[in-house]
Amino acid sequence: MNEKLRDHFLELIRRSSTDLPKDVEAALARGRDAEAEGSSSRGVIANILENVKMAREKSTPICQDTGSLLFEVNLPRGTDDRPYEEAIKGAAEAATKAYYLRPNAVDPVTGKNSGNNVGLNTPVIHFHPWDEKYVFVRIMQKGGGSENVSAQFRLPEGTLHAGRDLKGVRKTVLKAVFDAQGKGCAPGIIAVGIGGDRMTGYQLAKSQLFRKLGTRSDNAELASLETQLLDDLNSMGIGPMGLGGKTTVLDVFVAAQHRHPATYYVSVAYMCWACRRRSMTIKDNEVTYD
Amino acid sequence: MIELTTPITEEQIRSLKAGDLVSLNGIVVTARDAGHKFMVEERPEFLNDLLKGGIIYHCGPVVRKDGDKWKFVAAGPTTSIREEPYQAKVIEMYGVRGVIGKGGMKEQTLEGCRKFGAVYLHAIGGCGTQIAESVKEVLAVHKLEEFGTPEAFWVCRVENFQVVVTMDSHGNSLHETVEAASQKRFEELLAD
Repeated sequence: MNEKLRDHFLELIRRSSTDLPKDVEAALARGRDAEAEGSSSRGVIANILENVKMAREKSTPICQDTGSLLFEVNLPRGTDDRPYEEAIKGAAEAATKAYYLRPNAVDPVTGKNSGNNVGLNTPVIHFHPWDEKYVFVRIMQKGGGSENVSAQFRLPEGTLHAGRDLKGVRKTVLKAVFDAQGKGCAPGIIAVGIGGDRMTGYQLAKSQLFRKLGTRSDNAELASLETQLLDDLNSMGIGPMGLGGKTTVLDVFVAAQHRHPATYYVSVAYMCWACRRRSMTIKDNEVTYD
Repeated sequence: MIELTTPITEEQIRSLKAGDLVSLNGIVVTARDAGHKFMVEERPEFLNDLLKGGIIYHCGPVVRKDGDKWKFVAAGPTTSIREEPYQAKVIEMYGVRGVIGKGGMKEQTLEGCRKFGAVYLHAIGGCGTQIAESVKEVLAVHKLEEFGTPEAFWVCRVENFQVVVTMDSHGNSLHETVEAASQKRFEELLAD
């Protein structure tokens, strides 16, 4: 194994697991300030922010559920991806030993935890050959609680009177967040993938969770849906941890892709407030982290 | 802030109301999915003394081993609703007085709390590092090899573990209240 490369990935995991991105922290602080003075919802977000600070200072996991690991790796065309896969698996194991990660890979047949975050299709690694001359890596850690409240809808959906248009899409997102209540660790970040099949639907949705909070879709109709949903969802009163309040979600991202004529899926990926994502660039043997 | 120290009496539990802030001290036992299934199906006796008047914590911690001592590194709550099929039974079987978790639980557990004198205590999800600070000592671990770190029974001593009573022993649930209010708004938005 290329130990130097493994250590770059280990540092990427450490940063991701212990140091919440600044844009997410800033959105949490705005949420806290929006809650009434002396309210319990304000207290909940204040606690969350305190925890974020402590984790960063102590270099310990923000949340004990260090999630499932997803790596998106862009490599210059023609680069052998095997050393990268090996380094990622080595880094996952080393990060578990360093307590940046909880062992989170369980064999569903035997019930056995692999103990090192490496298993069948774990971590998930996607390689993308690209025309740039440098390596660009993104990591996402998504907790199980937020994954459990993610949802996929098939339009038309009768009980919601949701048809095959953006109005119908909006209704399914309202439903997903209502059903989630506080269980996905609100305030959450909601990513929606419209179209595709059942697999690519969730893939598109999850890919939106790499977006910086506050950025809007390039598509004017989707951007407008994002803004509307942000207002709608924060008017539901679910609040931080589902204990009531104004801040139910920190942002909403919507993206679309072509679908089969017979299908119309809306895939809603719920990300907890502990939205752990980081990137790393390896250029001319120089490594930088975002 | 109401101070509670284990073992906790039924009288102490009955005096708590949904919305009360509690500072917990004493022994807490972590248990989640594998643990609850095991408690109901196998009824292990080693938990009897630990849970009588005691507290279950829905948590799968990150734990460091320093020599022969365990230390909690990150230990926030996990989503409680997955234990709904088991919780009331576990409260009854072991005489549990409090269950800590996040996200709240449903009718069966609320009824179990009412009938047997227990409360559901809400901790802040995701606050792994902060909550680990209030875990002062790991006293024992059971089923570590078989269940793995997140699912094992970790017996620990906590000091000033701050939680909110969101389901009391009189049938009140803050989760029901919030859900009902948000349902009303959800239906308005659907009709928009």
